[in-house]
Formats: sequence, structure tokens, C-alpha cells
Amino acid sequence: MSNVSIRDLRIAYGKTTILEGLNLDIQAGEFVVLLGPSGCGKSTLLHSIAGLIDVTDGQIEIAGVDVTWADPKDRGIGMVFQSYALYPTMTVERNLSFGLRISGMPKPEIAKRVDNAARMLQLTPLLQRKPAHLSGGQRQRVAIGRALVREAKVFLLDEPLSNLDAKLRAELRRELKQLHFDLGATMIYVTHDQIEAMTLATRMAVMRDGKIQQLDAPEHVYAKPANMFVAGFLGSPSMNFVRGQLRTESGRVHFDSSAFRADVTDYAFAKAPASGQPAVLGIRPEHLQVVAPSAMHHAQATLGLIELMGAYKIAWLDAQGTQLALQTEPQSTLVSGTQVHLAMDLTQLSLFDATSESRL
Amino acid sequence: MTTATSATLASPVRRSVRPSAKIFRPARLGIYAFLVSAALFFLVPLYVMGITSIKPMDEIRMGNIFAFPVALTFEPWATAWSSACTGLQCNGISVGFWNSMRILVPSLVLSVFLGSLNGYALAFWRVKWANWAFSILMLGAFIPYPVMLYPLVRMFASVNMFQSIPNIVLIHTVFGMPIMTLLFRNYYAGLPIELFKAARIDGGGFWRIYFNLMVPMSLPIFVVATIMQTTGIWNDFILGLIFAGRDNYPITVQLNNIINSTQGEKIYNVNMAATLLTSMVPLVVYFVSGRWFVRGIAAGAVKG
Repeated sequence: MSNVSIRDLRIAYGKTTILEGLNLDIQAGEFVVLLGPSGCGKSTLLHSIAGLIDVTDGQIEIAGVDVTWADPKDRGIGMVFQSYALYPTMTVERNLSFGLRISGMPKPEIAKRVDNAARMLQLTPLLQRKPAHLSGGQRQRVAIGRALVREAKVFLLDEPLSNLDAKLRAELRRELKQLHFDLGATMIYVTHDQIEAMTLATRMAVMRDGKIQQLDAPEHVYAKPANMFVAGFLGSPSMNFVRGQLRTESGRVHFDSSAFRADVTDYAFAKAPASGQPAVLGIRPEHLQVVAPSAMHHAQATLGLIELMGAYKIAWLDAQGTQLALQTEPQSTLVSGTQVHLAMDLTQLSLFDATSESRL
Repeated sequence: MTTATSATLASPVRRSVRPSAKIFRPARLGIYAFLVSAALFFLVPLYVMGITSIKPMDEIRMGNIFAFPVALTFEPWATAWSSACTGLQCNGISVGFWNSMRILVPSLVLSVFLGSLNGYALAFWRVKWANWAFSILMLGAFIPYPVMLYPLVRMFASVNMFQSIPNIVLIHTVFGMPIMTLLFRNYYAGLPIELFKAARIDGGGFWRIYFNLMVPMSLPIFVVATIMQTTGIWNDFILGLIFAGRDNYPITVQLNNIINSTQGEKIYNVNMAATLLTSMVPLVVYFVSGRWFVRGIAAGAVKG
């Protein structure tokens, strides 16, 4: 268990800069998920913490020790790869003990640690098998076990579940969460899967183009995204965006667009908005609902496709050219092609600057 | 109404029939004709050699080269092995056989080991100028041997190594380096890089990862490399002639001496037996390991 601290990290290959001036502080025992689309630099960041990529500039500290130029084995880390990276010619037992044998640890101690890890990950009956005779889930457990036996202070996980099928992924995700709970080790986890990020993280960092867009608890990132990229990246279907402008009239602030009108006076503005300022309103599908024509409403729209997702339904709407998604109960009797009135949960909306795309 | 009755009411469906596998379609016949004639083209000379080597000279003189021996004899094989004359000495081709072995074994071990080490280092360790070194090595593979012969002779002579076993071993090792490096590099480059990274995190160094991880994983390619080098080194004539020295002439040079030393008539049966003995090692290697060899060619090697 130890903290990780990254200072002004810069990584460049020749002329292409992948990370620039990146700072990240991770407390001991945290489960931090780096989330972002492919090519955003999240894997590069993880591999540089592992010492597998040379840093161009900046510093990496693990447990208060500057390890910027330390060998990967001296950093007190364990790493799990997407492709498992098990040694194919060795049995599970030898896979687990490889690092310990290299370090010259006494045999009884090695056996004890391997036994412990195998018991924890339910690998005991598989110890004498070769990786080729294991299923995907078992292989990934062995890979996790390899980090476990090293008693790593920091676990680095590089999309460890991406090669598994959906059912196994959910299962192993829960096991990982349990493992973190039991060990209390610091974990840094890279993924492009928002569900994994939401379920696992104590804090998540959403990355784009080598920069951290927002670093916060998942519920906060989901509810109060720092900008339109984060807002659109999280949630499925993603947040609805409506372009319009803010108008201040006699102490009240209104959001106006061709389809939407809403009183947003109670919104927690970072600073008072100017009247006539162009803005983008973001509202998640679950915070939008169909209301009776007589009730208070914010917009009118035409119903399009309706998708049943099992526990809920997603209705797609067209509000004067703006496409909207709306989440509703599976029992709802919406009919495609009809005209409906919409109301928003005003406490849950987000407002963004139209040009900078950051939260107002 | 159940589904079973509805099925019987419907008009019967005409089942599609799997086409019968005809072996003797015209296209097939053409392929077989080609394969058989190609096989004959290579096997008939071999048959003639084999049959000639077990005939006494009287029968050979009658000129029926395809005829079976009347008086079967293995005398020519014994002569070729232990008492045929290579120039002035008459100790048979066995001398050359053991010379070739003394050249082959160290050259083989050295070139395969160094080639795999090179390939491993080039594929996984980011060495500065590695790509340049590799390109130059590859360039060396395309320069014909004869261009380098005279400079090499002078170089080895100046360090008093010329015409010795170490000389010829070094020559074979160096000339085998481009193809061996290419073979192993391509194989290692095909392995997932994460494997190497995981071993680095586990604390493996250069040699540890090589011996404990890479060598066990690349046994198939070691087999391929061994086959290629064995046949290449065994069949070599010109390098052995120039660099091995008079006492260490390989079997190919000795064979040439047996066949070209004319004392009266040509002893065809002994010559044939000696030739077959010479090609025995590559032949055995091909027969035992043809499967591996094809895999090696597919793995990106360019030399047959």
C-alpha cells in the first residue's frame, strides 16, 4: 500500500508528444481508473509508471521514492496486461513463482506465497496446468496472481478484462473489486469501458489527448461533468445536448432554444452568466420524462424509435431537429410518431459554455 | 395444431445433396500427372545411383543403367567409406565425413546460438542503432561470397589462423549470421511484447529472459535453424576448400577428389556410393524433419 505521485510528466516519441505536463496524485489504497478513448495516452501513462516506457521529462514517485529512472522490478509494482502475457512454457505454479525465483527468495517462502495467491484466486486445482489449458477467465486470474505473489504495493492493470466475454467480464470485475477491498492495495486501472470505470473506481480520471479532463469520484464525474467531452463519454446513451442561450431577466436566468425553455436560476453557476451568452444544456436520458400536455413542460418533441433494454426503455425523440434520448419504464405505452411534451429534472442538468465546452 | 402435423401438411422439401467427392475429375488427373512426373524426374537419377552403387563393375560396363544387379555387392560402399583414394591417400570418404562433423558441430552451435541471441536483442531490447546494424547485416547477405574471399584469406593469414578448424568455423558462423538473425528476429517479433514486459516487471534481465523464457518458447524455430545450418554447412564446398586446410577438408571436397582422381577407368559404383554417403546427412535431415523445414521457410526465411 503506497501512494503514487506524478509531477509534470512529459512523454514524447521524436516529434509526437503523447503526454505533456501531466500531474496526478494517488493516495495509498485508492482504486483509480484512467478512462478515455483509444489513443488518449492512458496506457502510456500506466506503462511509464511501470517503468516500461522512458520518461522524457518530469518525475514519478511511488511511496515517496523517486522512481523515475528505476528498473521496473525495483518499483514495488505488479502489472496485469490485456493479453494476460502468461509464460506459455511454464505451469501456473511456475508462472506465479517466476519473479520470486529470480529474486532468489527461499523456497518455503515462495511456496507459501504461491499457495496464498492460488487460494485467493481459486487457482489451487490448476497449479500444474499450462496456460494453454486454461480458459480466458482463469488466465486472467493467473495474471492477477502474478502481481499478488510479488506483494506489490501498487497494482497496474492495463485493460485486464477487455479480452473476456461480457458475462465473465462482469464476474471478474466483481472479483477485482473484492480483491481491492481485501488487500487495500493501491490500484491503477486503465480502460475504455465506462461501466468498469464507474463500478470499480474510488476516483476516476477521464483523459483525452494526453490530458486529464476530470479527476473525481465516479458519481461526481457522472453527475457534474467538467466539460462536454466528459459528459458525452460517460453514460449510454450519452447525455443529450441542446444548443441555445442564457437570458437574464429581472433576477431570473432562463435557458432558451428553439425547442427548449427552462428556468435555470437555481443552477450552481461557477460565475454569474452574461445575458445572451450562448450555452449548451446537457440532460441525461433518465432525467427527461414525458408529461401530460397540461403539466409544466420544457419542450415538445416527436417520438421516434423505442428500444427495450429489459429493465428500461430508451425512446428517441426529435425536438425541432435536435435528437434526444429519454429513459422510461418498460411498461410505458409510448407510440412512435406521436407528439409528446417533455419535462426535465432541473436539479440534474448541466450547462456548458458553447465555445470552450467547459462547465458553467 | 402441433408443429409436427403442420410439417406433414406442407409440401415435401427437396433436400439439397452434397456433391460427391470425385477423385478422377480432369483437373485432378492433371494435378496427379504433374506430381507423378515431377517425382519421377527427381527419383529416377536417385534410383540409378542407388542401383549402380550395388553392382559390380562388369555389370556397369554392359551399359544397362536401369537394370537390377545380377550379382548384388556392397563392396563399393565399403571401399568408398574406408579405402577409396583421394589423391595420394587411400582412406576413403570417412576422413572427410569426420572432418565435416568437426566443422559442422561447432559452426552449428555457434551460429544458431548467436543468431537467436541477435534476433532476441533486436526484437525486444531497444538498442541504439539496432535497425542500422540489422540493415547492414542484411546487406551482407546479398553480397556474393567470391567478392569477399580474397580479403578474408588475407585477413586470416595475417593473424595466423588461415586454414584451420577455427578458421572455417568462424567463416561459417559469420556467413550464417544474416539468415539466422533474420529467422529468429522475425519469430520473436511475432511474440506479444507484453510477455517481455511482464518478465521485465518480474525482474528478468537480458540473459534470464533469454534462457528461461525465450529459448523454451522458440524451440520450433531452433529446430528449423538447425536444419538450415546443417544442410548449408554440410553441402558447402568452396569455403571448406579454401579455409579448412589440407588436413581438414570436408566431405564434399573429399568426394570431389575421389571422383576426379583418375587412375585408369572410372569406378562408377564406388563413386556413386561415395556420393550417396556424402548426401546422407542432409537427406536424413530432410526426411526426418521435412515438416519443420516447411515451417521454417514459411517463417520468413528466404534460403532453401
